[in-house]
Amino acid sequence: MSNTDTHSHGGNYINCEKGLWSWLTTIDHKRIALMYFIVIMAFFLIGGLFAVLLRLELLTPEPLFMTGDAYNRVMTLHGSIMVFMVIIPGVPALLGNFALPLMIGAKDVAFPKLNLASWYCLVIGAAIAVMSLFWGGVDTGWTFYTPYSGKSADAVTFVVLGAFVMGFSSILTGVNFIVTIHKLRAPGLTMMRLPLFIWSLYATAIIQVIATPVLGITLLLLVFERTFGIGIFDPVLGGDPVLFQHFFWFYSHPAVYIMIIPAMGIISEVIATFSQKTIFGYKAIAYSSLAISAISFLVWGHHMFVSGQSGFAGKVFSILTMLVGVPTAIKLFNWVATMYKGRVKLDTPMLYAINFLSLFTIGGVTGLFLAAFAVDVHLHDTYFVVAHFHYTMLGGALMGFFAGLFYWFPKMTGRYYNEFLGRVSAIMTFVGFNLTFIPQFIMGSQGMPRRYHTYDGVFAPYHMASTFGSWIVAAGFILAIYIMVRGMFKGKICTEKNPWGSTTLEWTTDTPPIHENFTEIPTVTGRPYEYR
Amino acid sequence: MSTASYDKKTQAAHHFDSLEQQHEASKQGVWLFMATEIMMFGGLFVGYFIYRFMYHDMYIAGGDSLNWKLGALNTLVLLLSSFTMAQAVTETMKGENKKALKLIYITVACAFAFMVVKYFEYTAKIHHGMFPGFDLWKPDMAYIAEHLRSGFSIDNVDPANLRLFFVLYFVMTGLHGLHIIIGIGLMFWIIKRLKNDEFSPKYYTAVEGVGLYWHIVDIIWIFLFPLMYLI
Amino acid sequence: MAGHHIVPLKTNIITLLSLVVLTAVTVLTAKFIHLGDWGNLLLAMFIACCKATIVFGWFMHLKYEGLMNRTIALCGGAFLFLFILFAYLDIFFR
Repeated sequence: MSNTDTHSHGGNYINCEKGLWSWLTTIDHKRIALMYFIVIMAFFLIGGLFAVLLRLELLTPEPLFMTGDAYNRVMTLHGSIMVFMVIIPGVPALLGNFALPLMIGAKDVAFPKLNLASWYCLVIGAAIAVMSLFWGGVDTGWTFYTPYSGKSADAVTFVVLGAFVMGFSSILTGVNFIVTIHKLRAPGLTMMRLPLFIWSLYATAIIQVIATPVLGITLLLLVFERTFGIGIFDPVLGGDPVLFQHFFWFYSHPAVYIMIIPAMGIISEVIATFSQKTIFGYKAIAYSSLAISAISFLVWGHHMFVSGQSGFAGKVFSILTMLVGVPTAIKLFNWVATMYKGRVKLDTPMLYAINFLSLFTIGGVTGLFLAAFAVDVHLHDTYFVVAHFHYTMLGGALMGFFAGLFYWFPKMTGRYYNEFLGRVSAIMTFVGFNLTFIPQFIMGSQGMPRRYHTYDGVFAPYHMASTFGSWIVAAGFILAIYIMVRGMFKGKICTEKNPWGSTTLEWTTDTPPIHENFTEIPTVTGRPYEYR
Repeated sequence: MSTASYDKKTQAAHHFDSLEQQHEASKQGVWLFMATEIMMFGGLFVGYFIYRFMYHDMYIAGGDSLNWKLGALNTLVLLLSSFTMAQAVTETMKGENKKALKLIYITVACAFAFMVVKYFEYTAKIHHGMFPGFDLWKPDMAYIAEHLRSGFSIDNVDPANLRLFFVLYFVMTGLHGLHIIIGIGLMFWIIKRLKNDEFSPKYYTAVEGVGLYWHIVDIIWIFLFPLMYLI
Repeated sequence: MAGHHIVPLKTNIITLLSLVVLTAVTVLTAKFIHLGDWGNLLLAMFIACCKATIVFGWFMHLKYEGLMNRTIALCGGAFLFLFILFAYLDIFFR
């Protein structure tokens, strides 16, 4: 980070100490957030590059420049990087770290050194995972299904170990946030006065703490299978490959809620602020976050409808999966109701939030198609699934993430980003995204399988449209990152404490905040979002 | 700026209001981490229950081939160590650091004893060809038959599926053993700090935290013992 | 405040003794009382849960702690139970 700012304030968290070592050994949650920004944006660009390469290869039905093996490796890395290195840490580790203590009137998180350890776990885990590239790459898909992953190339062990280490990053962040929210709230800040972003981090942290360890043991068993040849998932010995899937999805389904719940928290903040109106249904949104968190643990079998799982289990999982859509829908209605008759300002964060509302709704609704057991038999492992999860994870979580990045950008950096270009990036990503993924719903329902490197000519027009769309969405996100990075160094200085006219506590601090966050811990006397 | 040194026995870290708040926060952090330990080992228990259901006879045979008396001995050793650990926490809270130190030494001794028994158990199993990895799986089926309880026939025991019992046996007790070793390490850390007079009745969080960890390790064994050795 | 409740030696001794007794019960019931495939498993697990509760309550001081730490411990157990239950919904009904 450059320390050559010419602020009229001195002594904020960025310039109070200089030198790379002061950053690498910092225990200030705000500096740790910036360090997460650098690594997560880097991973996002790399994962995105792999996506663009995949879509380029799929421009034509015949192979273009990749062999099948190469395609599988690129596909696996795209998924692994985006899941483990971007979307799971994304909002909690980056924006949560920055905003949580500020929003609750605390000086830091409960365990600042553990916080730094979380960052190192992410970076070291990612480094281990990326080493797989030098061992020939991994071609199992990010889901590492056995028995193939138990036997395929050496490099799998690196990615799996890397994911194991990155899991600790998530667990430790979860522990830190729960204790912080319980113990470090400012006087007068009861749980029912918490901003909804904090509620979302809380619900997410529960999942991080309870679900991630199961991923840990799953990956460990896979490593043992590969190194010691124990054969726990090996059908030759009577081992059950479906057991691996149970273990894997017990984490990975709640994991998608780790991805989306914090983004939803951001949407609550952004929509309230940019509608200048109190949030509609505060309690419903707060409790629905907890409900989603709890129910998310009971639906993992919907990834396994056609795996050989019992029909009875399939029915139970199907019904529960439909149920989890209810609290989610409640939130969507409440956000729209918040905007209704508000004084809506279409700044960049709000445009990304609107992107979220429309795209996530499509993602969520298509999830219901997949939740219906019988329908899923037809749609499983097709592009319909691919489109569904990109609508929820990219159209939902990532759009929410960028809404938050632009929203807190002035507070984090003490500068403004280019608002015009920001809006352009929001529109580009929206248009490009839909062009990329609507064709995928269509061809998926017509039978185009996922993870295939070549395809029948009848799907060619859809793939072509999808590839063109991928260029637009890539350009949109590259533009977004560019204006943020440029804004950090060359943006117009912002000294305004509350540029957006919000009502939550972080906007009462200096811009950027001082090291200790508050010169005096505030006392909270009312609910958030009191705009009128 | 952020790591300025201060007297830990009388002052809380800068972001806490009081030693009391810091202690409660740290304790809750340890409890949350214990929940993660429960879930991590829990995954292995799920594997155990599933394979036990699928290969019932194999699990009976495998369990019977283990030495339940050694298992029971280890259970008692761990229970004793849990007692000494709990009492050590009590003594630290009372400021009786010397007594606490002695109790932790006993706890460490129990932990070592546990690992020694484990060593003998493991080597015996490996000697009988029952290690399920590295091409070492050559089970001595006569040994299995000899220990198999009445009412079950060795003919129903397929060596290939029997391996799935031993996979879970070695992975679960092995991971548990690793946690014992980590516990020993944590206790050495506490011993060093106790000797350095770093704890007082107002500041003893680390001792209590290590205690909580050690009890979880004990609880895991409480479930492992009957599942592996007895039923 | 729960954090400073000092558990006396006598309590710890009684706790240890109860655990030893329950261990003996576990061994004796497993060796001498035959309740069939499921019966012995469930009985042993029930006794183990009792022992775990005793360790949680007295050695780990949960009896003297507030609601949140108890909830955290309970959540670990509850979610694990649900994991086992739902995995059984698959395996039992195949």
